Amino acid sequence: MSQTRKELLVDPLVDNNPITLQVLGICSALAVTSSLQVAAVMALAVTTVTAFSSFFISMLRNQIPSAIRIIVQMVIIASLVIVVDQILKAYFYDISKTLSVFVGLIITNCIVMGRAEAFAMKNPPVASFIDGIGNGLGYSLILMLVGFIRELFGSGSLFGVTILQTVNNGGWYVPNGLLLLPPSAFFVIGLLIWAFRTWKPEQVEAREFRIQTVEAH
Amino acid sequence: MPEQEPQGFWARFKALPVDSTPKTIFVAVALCLFCSMVVAMAAVSLRPVQEANKLRDKRINILQVAGLYEPGMDVNEAFTSSFTPKVVDLSTGEYTDAVDVATYDERAATQDLNLSVALTDDPAGIGRRANYETVYLMENPDGSLDKVILPIHGYGLWSTLWGFIALEANGNDIYGLQFYEHAETPGLGAEVDNPRWRAQWNGKKLRDDEGDLEITVSKAPSPAGPEFHVDALAGATLTSRGVDNLVRYWMGEDGFGPYLARLREGDA
Repeated sequence: MSQTRKELLVDPLVDNNPITLQVLGICSALAVTSSLQVAAVMALAVTTVTAFSSFFISMLRNQIPSAIRIIVQMVIIASLVIVVDQILKAYFYDISKTLSVFVGLIITNCIVMGRAEAFAMKNPPVASFIDGIGNGLGYSLILMLVGFIRELFGSGSLFGVTILQTVNNGGWYVPNGLLLLPPSAFFVIGLLIWAFRTWKPEQVEAREFRIQTVEAH
Repeated sequence: MPEQEPQGFWARFKALPVDSTPKTIFVAVALCLFCSMVVAMAAVSLRPVQEANKLRDKRINILQVAGLYEPGMDVNEAFTSSFTPKVVDLSTGEYTDAVDVATYDERAATQDLNLSVALTDDPAGIGRRANYETVYLMENPDGSLDKVILPIHGYGLWSTLWGFIALEANGNDIYGLQFYEHAETPGLGAEVDNPRWRAQWNGKKLRDDEGDLEITVSKAPSPAGPEFHVDALAGATLTSRGVDNLVRYWMGEDGFGPYLARLREGDA
């Protein structure tokens, strides 16, 4: 095993973050980050699903025929997501109402599939489990950062607790409505990627092409 | 001496390479069976808790619109001690036993051709309307009627808004209005949930002395007078218009009109 367990867990937080470096799992990051509480539950759900799906797929990795391996991964991931969804509906009803369709969409979250295909198919179960947790936490970190910015400046609150009293409630703060709409997460994530790559210049990708200059005749 | 061929069907099967067709089919079938069992078990074993959650959520909303809800209260106890659900036949405005009040579901009924009608004049944008609606009666300690909670719904900008309106026993004074499900724009149309906006509804009247339905949600003051006017939401013209339409529809003759007439006369 080339990486120690600690590296598996810590690496995806900043150095190999699934959202800012690999740019995976963006769509759910747009949809569920308008409030921190929802983002936290989504982060927890994705981390759980990634860890356990990597674990089970890794256990079966020597028995999975390569012709149907993607479908086998999908079946395992989908089953786990349905179970998580059912548990949320039973024990976190209010939050599952806000998350609604996005829990089901964890199935299509590229991070889950990506880790299954890239790591769990080639590594033993425990390492895959830790890798899943690590990548889930990397996703969670970005989700919480985006959620923090969007909820604070979009609704003037954090975890539903009022920080900046908004005008609609008799305060002074005029909320930035754009931040409550999904497109704003594009800007926030884009700025985060910029910040990460300024901090860690080795994350900047090599240019794939260079725009040619045309000499004037 | 050549290596001995594995004996028996199972042994020969096990010796096949993972990528062979029989193994592929076997893995696919076994995995699907196993996963469907896990999923079915989770769904069936958690269903009672989920149903209880749904019911509790609806009851919280009814308690909230009636101004009775406090965080941490025993919702089911408070609900059953405060409210009597009854089914109203919208066309006559009378209580009916045609459907069982404990199991009747208006939303499912709108899909049922026998329990609903298609609307030709449809200001609330709901397509079909159920023939029966469940209303919740809240009684004073002496047994007289205190408030009625009526279910309402209609289309806003993006979504159908589902909610309740609470009326005083005279069937004309509004006590409160609340939506429990919608997908309007956060920060604009979703401000229908804002307590400060909702507080405006308290004390408004549906009809004037001539019996004309005057209640309206609008930007400009209503010519009929301030007691019939709720100020529209800033930046949410279409959601406000949707709320205006749906309240006027459900309080009008096609909706709860006949029932409200009976309430006004005091014989409901």
